Amino acid sequence: MSNVVTPAPAPAAPPPVEKIRIKVDGRDIEVPKMLPDWQGKPVPTTMLQAVQIAGGEVPHYCYHPKLPVAGNCRMCLVEFGTPMMDPATRKPVLNEDGTPKILRSVLPYEPQTPRGAIACATPISPGMELYPSSPATRQMREAVLESLLINHPLDCPICDQAGECKLQEYSVEHGQAASRFVEPKVHKPKAVDLGPRIILDDERCILCTRCIRFTKDIAGDDALGIVNRGSYNTIAAAPGRQFDNNYTLNTVDLCPVGALTSKDFRFKMRVWFLKETKSLCNSCGTGCNIQVGSRENVIHRFEPRENDAVNSSWMCDAGRLNYQWVGRSDRLQEVLIRGARSTWTTAVAEVVSRLISAPKGSVAVVASARQTTEELYLLRAIAARHGAITDSIPREGEGDRLLVSEDRNPNSQGVRLTGIAYTEMGIRLPEIAEGIRAGRIRTLLVFGEDVTQYGLDAELLGQLETLVVSDILPNATTALAHILLPGCAHVEKRGTYINVKGRVQRFMKAVEPRGDARPEWEFLAEIARGLGVASGFSTIEGLFNRMAGEVPALAGVEWAKLGDGGVTVPV
Amino acid sequence: MPQEYRLILKHADQPGYTPDIECYLRHGGYAALRKALATAPRELPDGKKLGPQEVIRDEVLKSGLRGRGGAGFSAGLKWSFVDRRSGKPIYLICNADESEPGTFKDRQILHKDPHQLIEGMIISCWANDVRLAYIYIRGEMPQGARLLNQALREARAKGFLGKNILGTGIDIDIHVHRGAGAYICGEETGLIESLEGKRAYPRIKPPYFPAVLGLYMCPTIVNNVETLCHVKHIVELGGAEYAKLGTPNNTGTRIVSLSGDVKNPGYFEVEVGKVTLGEIIHHENFGGGLRPGRSLRAIIPGGSSSKVLKAGEKFKLRKKGADGQMTQVEADLLDLPYDFDSLQQAGTMSGSGAVIVMDDTRDVVDVLANVSEFYAHESCGQCTPCREGALWMSKALHRMTTGGGRAEDADYLLHIAQNIQGRTICAFGEAAAWPVLSFVKKFKDDFVTRGKADESARASGVVPTAHH
Repeated sequence: MSNVVTPAPAPAAPPPVEKIRIKVDGRDIEVPKMLPDWQGKPVPTTMLQAVQIAGGEVPHYCYHPKLPVAGNCRMCLVEFGTPMMDPATRKPVLNEDGTPKILRSVLPYEPQTPRGAIACATPISPGMELYPSSPATRQMREAVLESLLINHPLDCPICDQAGECKLQEYSVEHGQAASRFVEPKVHKPKAVDLGPRIILDDERCILCTRCIRFTKDIAGDDALGIVNRGSYNTIAAAPGRQFDNNYTLNTVDLCPVGALTSKDFRFKMRVWFLKETKSLCNSCGTGCNIQVGSRENVIHRFEPRENDAVNSSWMCDAGRLNYQWVGRSDRLQEVLIRGARSTWTTAVAEVVSRLISAPKGSVAVVASARQTTEELYLLRAIAARHGAITDSIPREGEGDRLLVSEDRNPNSQGVRLTGIAYTEMGIRLPEIAEGIRAGRIRTLLVFGEDVTQYGLDAELLGQLETLVVSDILPNATTALAHILLPGCAHVEKRGTYINVKGRVQRFMKAVEPRGDARPEWEFLAEIARGLGVASGFSTIEGLFNRMAGEVPALAGVEWAKLGDGGVTVPV
Repeated sequence: MPQEYRLILKHADQPGYTPDIECYLRHGGYAALRKALATAPRELPDGKKLGPQEVIRDEVLKSGLRGRGGAGFSAGLKWSFVDRRSGKPIYLICNADESEPGTFKDRQILHKDPHQLIEGMIISCWANDVRLAYIYIRGEMPQGARLLNQALREARAKGFLGKNILGTGIDIDIHVHRGAGAYICGEETGLIESLEGKRAYPRIKPPYFPAVLGLYMCPTIVNNVETLCHVKHIVELGGAEYAKLGTPNNTGTRIVSLSGDVKNPGYFEVEVGKVTLGEIIHHENFGGGLRPGRSLRAIIPGGSSSKVLKAGEKFKLRKKGADGQMTQVEADLLDLPYDFDSLQQAGTMSGSGAVIVMDDTRDVVDVLANVSEFYAHESCGQCTPCREGALWMSKALHRMTTGGGRAEDADYLLHIAQNIQGRTICAFGEAAAWPVLSFVKKFKDDFVTRGKADESARASGVVPTAHH
C-alpha cells in the first residue's frame, strides 16, 4: 500500500477553438464549430455566421443576433450542398479528381428543384458547401422580396424609415424592378397608437416579429402579439394594454421597415441628413453607448450604439428622449460678472485672482457627478491647492433588471476616483454650510448643481465673498452667482464618464455649444494653469492621459486606447 | 373481389355497439393493454437483450406501420428518434385535429370507439416511458371531446389509466385539449405551440424536432388517432403478423374517406395497397361508381393538399418482383393501388386517405379556387412565402372565377406556387402550392381558355374590366 500523492494536474490550457472546414461560394474557409447565440451560450455555428466569417452577407429581416431566432422571413434562404456519404463505409464518396462528391440540396419530391435552408437557423457541418450567390439562392431572395412587397403600401416618399429601410435596401440589391401582382392589396390599420411613444403602420409591417421577441424576451413584457391570421396577420398590443414599458423605442430601431415609428422622431427629419456622433447616454450610471443624430446643430434623436460590455444594443426610452433640453431657449449663453456681461478672459482672470488671494481653507467646491472625469479631475486639482472641501450631489431613483441604474448620475465613479467625494456623495454638504455660516468658507465654486436644493440656501450663499457658478440651465444658484460661467451639455463637448461598473468610456462632440458657452474642461484648465496646478496639456487627449497618470484607478489607461467601447477599470 | 377489411372499425358500426367502456370490454377491450404490460423481455439472435417496452417498440417497427395523418412516416422509426437520455419527461400527443378537407376517418373512431384510441395510447405511453399524454382534438368536434373525456373517466375508474395502472405501479394519464379551430394546429409543431397556450405557429426544424425539443421543450411523440389505434392491433397480432396485412412497405389497413361525385360516398377500411383507386371509386363495395351519364375528370387522392390526378393519366411504377428485382410497370390512373408508395410514385400522395372525386360537370378553375381559398384562409401567416403567396393565389383564382381572368394567369399561378413550395417553415407551404401546381399544370388548357374568354369578353365590353 503506497501513499503516493498524485500531483494535481496542471491547469488545463483553454481548449483550442474547434474549427470546421466548409466552402462558401467555392472558397475554402475554416469557421469555429460553435459560436455564441443571442444569450451568449455556445451553439453550433449557423450558415449565416459562416458566410459572414467568409466576408459575405446573407440578407435577412427577422434574424437579429441579439434576439431568439424566428426563421420566419425566409430572406436568408441559401442553397447548399453536403458531402455524399457511402452508407456502408460511412466515408465520403469522391469524384474522379479526388474531391468529395457534393449532394446539392433539392426538394425531396422534385429533385430537379434546388432547396434552400434558412441560414439563420441551420447549423453548418464539415465539408458543407454554401452557395449564397448562386442563381437559385438569388431567385429565392427575389421571390421572398416580391411576396413582401405585394401588400406593402410602397409609400417610401412619406415613410420615416426611408434611407434606413431594409426593404428598400434589399429591393435595390436583390429585388426585381417590376411586380406581377395585379390583385387588390390587403389593407390594415394605419397610424395605430400603440402606446405613449410608438405609432404602428400595420400595412408597412413585414411581420418579422422582432418587436414581439424583443418585448417578450428582452424587456420581459407580453404587451405585443399578432392578431388575425395569414396575410391579415397584424401586430397589436394586447387588448386593453398600452405598449408603454421603458424600452419600447428599441422596437423602432429593430423594425427593419417603417412600421414602428417614434412619435418623437416621425416626420421630423430625413435620416440621410443626420450627422452621426458616437456618444453616451448620461441619464443614469449605466452609460449606454449611443449615437447622436443631429443636423445643422440641432439634435434630432439618440439611438443605442452596440456595446456588449454595457448596453448590448439597447437603451431605455427615458434616456433616449432626454435630449430636448439641450435646445432650450433659456440655456445659459453669457459670461456674467455680478450680472453684467463679460468675457472669458476677464472672468477666468477674475476667478484666478480671487482664488490666489483666498486663504487656505476658505474655499469649497461642489462638483456634479454629471461632469466629465476630466472636469472633476481639474476641479479636484484646484481644490487641492486651496485645501478646499469638495463634495457632490447624489441622485438616485428606481433601477430595473435590464439597463436603468439606481444611480441617476452618469459619473459617480468619476467623482469617487478623482477624489471629489471618496465615499458617499453629499455627506460633506452640511460641513460646507456650517463653514459658510461660521464665516470660515468665503469662496464657493459650484458646478452643474443647484445647491439651494441641497441645504445651501440663498441666505447662506449671500454670505459668501465669492460665488463662482458654472451651469448649463438657469436655476436659483446661478441667479446668485458672482461669476457665472456658461457650460456645455455633454453632446457639445468631448470627455469621459466612468459608469457604475467602472467602464471608462469617452464621448464625442455632436453639436456646437450655445452662445459664449465653452466646454468646462477648457476654462477649468485655464484656471488651473493660472493657479499653477495641472499644466502640460492643451487637448482633451492630453488632459485625459495626464489624469490617468495621477488617478491610481486609471493607471495605464490612455485616451486612444478607450476606443468606441471603453475599458473597464477596478472600482 | 375487393372488399373492406375492418380492423380499426371492426365494431364501430355494428348495431348496438356503444362508445362506453362496458361495451368495449365486452368486445375484448383492454386485453391488448394487459398483454403489452405482461410482455416478456427478449433476447435477439445477436445477443442483444430487449426489455419489455423495447419489445413493444420493436414490434411496432417490425409491423411497418406508417403514420396515418398525412406524411406516411414509419411510426416505429419516429418512436426510435425520441431522446430517451435527456432526463426530461417524454410526452405523447395524439393528433386528433383532423381538418384536411375530405377527411372524416378519425372522427369515426373518436365518436364510435374512443376506448380503442385510449388503449392504443396507454400502450404507446407505456412502451415509450410516457407518463402524461394529450389528445389534441379539433375544436369543431365538441361531441368527440365529450366522449373522450367520458371514456377517460371510465378508464381511470377501471384502473387502466391514472395512478398505478392495473397494479403495475406505473402512473399514466391522458388529457383532452380542444383546439380553437385552425387547420395549422394539425401540423405537429403548431399543435405543440397551441397546446402550450401559444399561437399555433409551427416551429423551425432544426432545432425544434419534437423527438428532442417538443412539448415544453421535452422529447415528444405526435401520432395520428388512427396510427395510435393500430398500435393496439400490432400488440394483439404481433408485428410480423400485422405486417402480413396490406402489401410490403404499405402494411396494415387504413380508412379511406371517399367524397365527391360518386354514388356512395363514405369511409371504407381497406388493406393498404390491396384495392385500386378505380375500385374505390367504382366498385359496388365502395363508391359504387359515378352518377349516370357522368365521366371522370379528376381525383384528389389524399386530402385537398395532395396533387390532383387527371382522368386518363398513366404512370410508371417501380415494382419489386418476387425475385427481388425492381421492374417498371405502366399503370393507368384507376389501376393505381391505393397505398403510400404507388401514389408517391404517381407524383402525389395518399396523405390523410381522403379521396375526392370530380366528374365532368366540375370546372377545375372553380374547384381550385375553392381549394385555394381554404389554404389562404388557414395559412397561419408566420412565414413570408405562404402568408403572402396563399392569399395571392386565392385572389387570382377568385378573379378568374368572377370574369377577371387573363390568358397569362396560368403561368402567373405557377410562378406564385413555385415560390412557396420548399421555402416555408412547415409543410403547409406544399399544401397550399401543390393543388395549384398540379391543377394548373394538368389542366392548363382550361385555365388559359378561361382567361382568354374573359379577356375577349372584356375587350368587347361584355363584362367590366377587372381590378388591376
